[in-house]
Amino acid sequence: MTPEIGEFALIIGLLLSVILAVVPMVGAATRNEMWMSFAKPLALGQFLFMIISFLCLGYAFATDDFSVVYVAQHSNSQMPIQFKLSAIWGGHEGSLLLWALILCGWTFAVSRFSKALPLDMLARVLSIMGMVGTGFISFLLITSSPFARYLPSYPADGADLNPLLQDFGLIVHPPMLYMGYVGFSVAFAFALAALLSGRMDAAWARWSRPWTNIAWSFLGLGITLGSWWAYYELGWGGWWFWDPVENASLMPWLVGTALVHSLAVTEKRGVFKSWTLLLAIFAFSLSLLGTFLVRSGVLTSVHAFASDPERGFFILMLLAITMGGSLTIYALKAPSVKSESSFSWLSREVLLLVNNVFLTVMAVTVLLGTLYPLLIDALGSGKISVGPPYFNAVFVPIMGTMSIAMGISIAVRWRETSQESVIKTLWLPAVVSLVIGLIFPFAYGGGFDFRVFLGMSVSLWVISTVVREFISKFRNATTIKTKLSQLSMSYYGMMVAHIGVAVTAIGITLVSTYSEERDMRMAKGDHVELAGYLFTFEGTKVVKGPNYMADQATIVITEDGQSVTTLHPEKRRYNVKRNMMTEADIDAGLFRDLYVALGEPLNNGEAWAVRVHYKPYVRWLWLGGILMSLGGLLTVFDKRYRKKKTRGRVANA
Amino acid sequence: MTPKRKKRLTIILGLVFGTSLIVGLVMFSLSENINLFYSTSQIANGEAPVGARIRAGGMVVDNSIKRSTDSLKVQFAITDYEKQVLVEFTGILPDLFREGQGIIAQGTMDANGVFQADEVLAKHDENYMPPEIAESMKKKQEAAQ
Amino acid sequence: MPRLLLFIPLVLFMILGGFLWKGLSIDPRELPSALLDKPFPEFSVTALQQPDRVLTKKDFVGKPVLVNVWATWCPSCRQEHEQLLAIAAQGNLEIIGLNYKDERAAAINWLRQLGDPYQFNIYDEDGMLGLDLGVYGAPETYLLDAQGKIRHRHVGVVTPAAWQEIQAIIKGWDSVKN
Repeated sequence: MTPEIGEFALIIGLLLSVILAVVPMVGAATRNEMWMSFAKPLALGQFLFMIISFLCLGYAFATDDFSVVYVAQHSNSQMPIQFKLSAIWGGHEGSLLLWALILCGWTFAVSRFSKALPLDMLARVLSIMGMVGTGFISFLLITSSPFARYLPSYPADGADLNPLLQDFGLIVHPPMLYMGYVGFSVAFAFALAALLSGRMDAAWARWSRPWTNIAWSFLGLGITLGSWWAYYELGWGGWWFWDPVENASLMPWLVGTALVHSLAVTEKRGVFKSWTLLLAIFAFSLSLLGTFLVRSGVLTSVHAFASDPERGFFILMLLAITMGGSLTIYALKAPSVKSESSFSWLSREVLLLVNNVFLTVMAVTVLLGTLYPLLIDALGSGKISVGPPYFNAVFVPIMGTMSIAMGISIAVRWRETSQESVIKTLWLPAVVSLVIGLIFPFAYGGGFDFRVFLGMSVSLWVISTVVREFISKFRNATTIKTKLSQLSMSYYGMMVAHIGVAVTAIGITLVSTYSEERDMRMAKGDHVELAGYLFTFEGTKVVKGPNYMADQATIVITEDGQSVTTLHPEKRRYNVKRNMMTEADIDAGLFRDLYVALGEPLNNGEAWAVRVHYKPYVRWLWLGGILMSLGGLLTVFDKRYRKKKTRGRVANA
Repeated sequence: MTPKRKKRLTIILGLVFGTSLIVGLVMFSLSENINLFYSTSQIANGEAPVGARIRAGGMVVDNSIKRSTDSLKVQFAITDYEKQVLVEFTGILPDLFREGQGIIAQGTMDANGVFQADEVLAKHDENYMPPEIAESMKKKQEAAQ
Repeated sequence: MPRLLLFIPLVLFMILGGFLWKGLSIDPRELPSALLDKPFPEFSVTALQQPDRVLTKKDFVGKPVLVNVWATWCPSCRQEHEQLLAIAAQGNLEIIGLNYKDERAAAINWLRQLGDPYQFNIYDEDGMLGLDLGVYGAPETYLLDAQGKIRHRHVGVVTPAAWQEIQAIIKGWDSVKN
């Protein structure tokens, strides 16, 4: 019975979102206050029914209801309960339900936390989110209902979840990612509402800023988690593969980063309005495009969902309506008049514009690399793939140049800054970062390495400019404590995020230069030396997991005769799907990871193929990603947003 | 020139220069790093260039996997059910690599007509047929009709 | 003039959309069988459960049948098994199993445990018949008419929707006859 309730709740959810899409919008157009005020309760109702629907699916998984096709295909009675529950989003249908649930959650949050918003603006924003909701819930119901049953008879047990997905990383990665993807729909809705109402002022930017920052932070966390998951779970020790699915999440993040910065300029200085609006539309559109690429099967990817052209067609239609519609409104309504504010060459406005250009160019190059095989195929010129070297060759120089601009922007004020004062602030960080960057490869790697020199200098440049600027704030402060509390949360957030960029850059530079890796044939007692560590293979034994059997190896690692750690990588064989799974074992550390994975048994298990990695500073990659997202979240706690709210409440009363 | 015009000219020059720099970088990197896909029939017919980096795909032929006893070298054949090509690879094969499974290998053809792979990809899904392979098989079947 | 510039994003998107549309039509799942509307290939292979019985095409020509390619190493075959049992239970259409590249003992054991929807099973140990048939992988299902011609091919799990499609095809023949 529960699956039917879930399906029914989904239908009611669809009805509510259709009403939400129409009634408040018409109300806003005709200035009918009652119709506009329908928006809030509808947002709540929609969210409640989606929660019911989601809980019903969760219940079907928890109780092993294999009469539900989706449960039978993605779960198994032997699976531990946490994986049964995370299996809800282990396949296309359930993950789409999560998508829709999060969308309704965001809609509800906007309705709840936007007391300062004028009623017609709120009605328009919620209505647009209702339209997006209508699209996705009908997509669920028409092509991919997770509640379909096996009739008349159903399997006795489920087909099990893909072993790669039976992992902690996958429990948290998709929800984070979807929070980000879907969160951009808020910025999108605000942009469209502004275009429709014609009020594209600083207030609009201020309203959508906190939402955009939260969404951007979640997306960043999602990408970071995905990279970390790929690192330990795929068993190859790589952390980024430039796979279409990864690119699909990176593109909205890049455009989202541009949007976060551009919104700041629009709010503070009232310039670049059209550009900011366009970015808001693109950030969400790229999220949709990513969904299309992952679920339609148009691109070859090792991660893609099972391809289904019917679904692909449906998402393409959604994409066409969303993007086509919003870009048409944009073309007709966006302000084409020049902004009045003036600013000079050396001003924060210009540097933020430079940042925007760089980020957009990066997004475009990633998009081009991702879609190039498709373009060539559509033109009938053969099947190709674009390799990671393309992305590295394009991405790294742009990223590096942007980081230099990032350091300068810290020292530059709004409107105008004199050249002398910039040089005065920046010469010391420049010298410090160049000198340390030069010394580092000698001290760490024992020889000069140009890439390390560049990477380290640029990263240190970003950090040292932030630190220099922070210290200069205290020059005229009475006490450190008062100054610390005077600085806004936005300011702290910005600093943390920028340091995060540098930390990630250091991680990337060092791990891609100084990693060592060996694939070895190892029998019992064999050892291999890597980066000063001695890895000794002590044989394997069979262990039994809840739903798998595994060969577990014991590898003892010593350094100069001192024991470091003992690792137990596994080769698992899952009972139901008969899949083999490599479970790597890692000795993690802030400055280096030791990574061991089992390949295949050789000569009937007499020896094993063993992969050993030494990965210096690999954790910094993800640490930087976390810092960036943390920075984004900090800005939301800025007093400004809270003050506006209270003032708004008084005005309403 | 008035200062305003001068400013505008600088902007335009900067934009043109920047765009051409990036377009140049992108085009160069693209041309260097695309890998053409060849079906096993195309390779067997000698259509694939020797030494260039390409992708080859096909189904792993049953009982064709041969392992070296003292290293990680492995040899197997892939087929599109018409012609076979031998592939050599040193290293650890992906978990889902097995006979009868569709795989994609990246690497180069050597002078002896053996494909030297430096990367072997199998999808995380046992029912998966890489679109490239499906396509090449489909074409052949259409031709056969 | 500046107003026209604002249309650029829309135009760019439309071009992109066109390519995506084209990309979608390049569909890897639509695999027309080389043998569509051609006779099922001749073969002479032993039966799975009776190793000394030799099966040929004559064993099923004369009435419409489903030929289902399956194997114990194929998890999707387990998924579609219930549906096959249901079809067999209805009794309108016989199902012939083509056990593909499998171990005999494992396959017999599988049928004993999960139930046997098949009239009989062709034991295609080395996959030669599968090769003649153009099988890409298991599961695949072929619909043959009374003359033994292949009339429909389904790649992947036989879902209720796929079964309805097959029934619709058969219904189509009946209405032509009447």
